[in-house]
Amino acid sequence: MSARRIFARPARFAAIAPYVWMVLFFLVPFGFVLKISLSQTAIAQPPYEPVFDLTAGWAAIRAAFAALGIDNFRLLVSDDLYVFAYLRSLTVAVMSTALLVLIGYPIAYGMARLPRRWHAVAMVLVIVPFWTSFLIRIYAWINILQHDGLLNQILMALHLVSQPAVWLSTDAAMYIGIVYSYLPFMILPLYATLAKMEPALEEAAGDLGAPPWQVFWLVTFPLSLPGVGAGVLLCFIPIVGEFVIPDLLAGSNSLMIGQTLWLEFFTNKDWPVASAAAIVLLLVLLVPLLLYERLQKRQLEQGR
Amino acid sequence: MHKPARLSRFNIASLALGLAFLYLPIIVLVIFSFNASRLVTVWGGWSLRWYHEFFNDRAMIEASWMSLRVAVTSATSATLLGTLAAVALSRGERFRGRTLFSGMLYAPLVMPEVITGLSLLLLFVATNAARGFWTVTIAHTTLTMCFVAVVVQSRLGSLDRSLEEAAMDLGCDPVRAFLAVTLPLIAPAIVAGWMLAFTLSLDDLVIASFTTGPGSATLPIRIYSEVRLGVKPEINAICTLVIALIALVIVGASLASKLSSSQGESAAPL
Repeated sequence: MSARRIFARPARFAAIAPYVWMVLFFLVPFGFVLKISLSQTAIAQPPYEPVFDLTAGWAAIRAAFAALGIDNFRLLVSDDLYVFAYLRSLTVAVMSTALLVLIGYPIAYGMARLPRRWHAVAMVLVIVPFWTSFLIRIYAWINILQHDGLLNQILMALHLVSQPAVWLSTDAAMYIGIVYSYLPFMILPLYATLAKMEPALEEAAGDLGAPPWQVFWLVTFPLSLPGVGAGVLLCFIPIVGEFVIPDLLAGSNSLMIGQTLWLEFFTNKDWPVASAAAIVLLLVLLVPLLLYERLQKRQLEQGR
Repeated sequence: MHKPARLSRFNIASLALGLAFLYLPIIVLVIFSFNASRLVTVWGGWSLRWYHEFFNDRAMIEASWMSLRVAVTSATSATLLGTLAAVALSRGERFRGRTLFSGMLYAPLVMPEVITGLSLLLLFVATNAARGFWTVTIAHTTLTMCFVAVVVQSRLGSLDRSLEEAAMDLGCDPVRAFLAVTLPLIAPAIVAGWMLAFTLSLDDLVIASFTTGPGSATLPIRIYSEVRLGVKPEINAICTLVIALIALVIVGASLASKLSSSQGESAAPL
C-alpha cells in the first residue's frame, strides 16, 4: 500500500465536519425555500401557511402537503413585473459582462506583458481595491456621481456641459458601479491565462508576417479563451442576482430580480413569492452555475 | 522562453487608465473624509470633525463592534472548516458523496447573495432560532469557508506530495506527517484564507440583512440605511476607517505569513 493511499484515509475524515456543515446550512435551507415557495402567504408569524408541525400527527402533515401548490410560480410567469425583472437582470448581466471583457482584457494583457518582476506588484495592485468593502466602493461612486459631485464639477470646469448632468439613478451609473466592482474578477482569470501563454507563439506569427492586430486576433485571443470563459462566468452569475448596485445607483423605474426578491421579502412580507422568485432565479442560473463548477473543479484538480 | 514581451504604448496606457479607474474613487473618498465643510463637495480645509462625529455616534459604534465580532468569529470557524474541506478534497482521493461535497463548496462562491441569505433565513425561522449575532455568524461562516477552501486547495494542489510521503516513509503516521510537514507549508494560504473570510464578512450587506434580528445591525446594514438617505461626510470617515482596518489586517497577515514561511515561498496572492 503506497504512502499516498495511507494518507488518504485520515484525509477523508477531514471531510466530515465541513460536509455536515454544508448539508445543514447550504443544502437543507434550499429545501425550505422550495417548500415555502409552494406555500400560501398568510398574515401570521411566520407569514406563510401551511406550517409543518411534526407533532401534529400524520393526518395533519398529509393535509399540509395537500395545501402546497404552484400558485406562486403561476404568478411569477403571468405577472409582467416579474417577467420584466428577469429579462432586465439578464440584459444587465450580458451588457455588463461584455463591458467587463472589453475593459478588463486590455488591462490583463498589459499586466501579462510587464517584465516578470513587475507581475506580483501588478497583481497586488489589482486585488487591493477588491479587498476594500464592496459597499464602500459603491458609496465612493455616489460621491463622485451626485448632482454637485466631482464628475459634474470636472465636466463643467472643462466646459463640456453647461449645467450639472444627472448621473445618479441612471443605468449609466449602475453600469459604472457594476464594472468597477467586478473588474478584478474579470482581470485575474484573464491575466492568469495570458501570463501562462508562450510568447514565442506571438513572435512566430509576427515573424511570418502577420500584422499586430492579426497576431492578437488569430493567436492571442483564441488561446486566452479559457480565461475569458472563467471571467465571464465569475461575473455573469452574481450580476444576474445583484441587489446593492442597482438599488443604490440605478433608477427605480425598472427593477432587477434581486431587487424584486428583496422588495417582496422585506417590504411586502410575501415570503412565498420571494422564495418562488429565488427558485426561478436559481433555475435561470443553473446552466452557468454547472459550467462554472466544472471549470473550477478542473482548474483546482489539475495541479496534482 | 522568458524573452521579455514588448510593452506597447497601448499596453501602458490601458494599465495606467485601469489602475486610475480602480483607485481614484477610493482616494477621493478618503480625502473628502478629512473635509471640514458640511457640504460633501465643497472643500473647506482639513479637519477630523467627521471622525469625531463617528466616535460619538453610539448606533454606529455598536454596529461596528457587532461587525468586528461577527467577522473574527466567522473567519476563524470558516478557516477551520474550509481548511479541513480543502484537505479532504485534495488528499482524500475518492469518498462517497465527493461530487456533492465539492459542488456544495463551489456553488456559494458565485451564488447570488439574495438566494443564500433568503434560504438561511427560512432555515432559522423554521427552527425558531433567535436571530442576531449567532445566526449572522453561521451565515458568514457558510459563505466564507468556501473561499477559504478554494484558496487552501489551490496551495495544496501545487505542493510537492513527495514531502509528505517522505515523512511517512521515515515513520510518521499520516496525522503527524500532516501536522509536521503539510501544515507549515500551507500556513500562508491558511492565513490568506482567514483574511479573505474576515474582509468578506466585514463587507457583507445582503446576507446579514436577511439573517440578523431586530437590534443587532451590522456596520454595512447601518451604512446602507444612511447611504440611502444621501451622502454624509460621517460615512466617508467610517469608510476610511474600515479601509484602514482592512489595510492593517492585510499588512499584518502578510508579515505573519512571511515570517512563517521564511523558506522563501511567497504567500498565495488571494
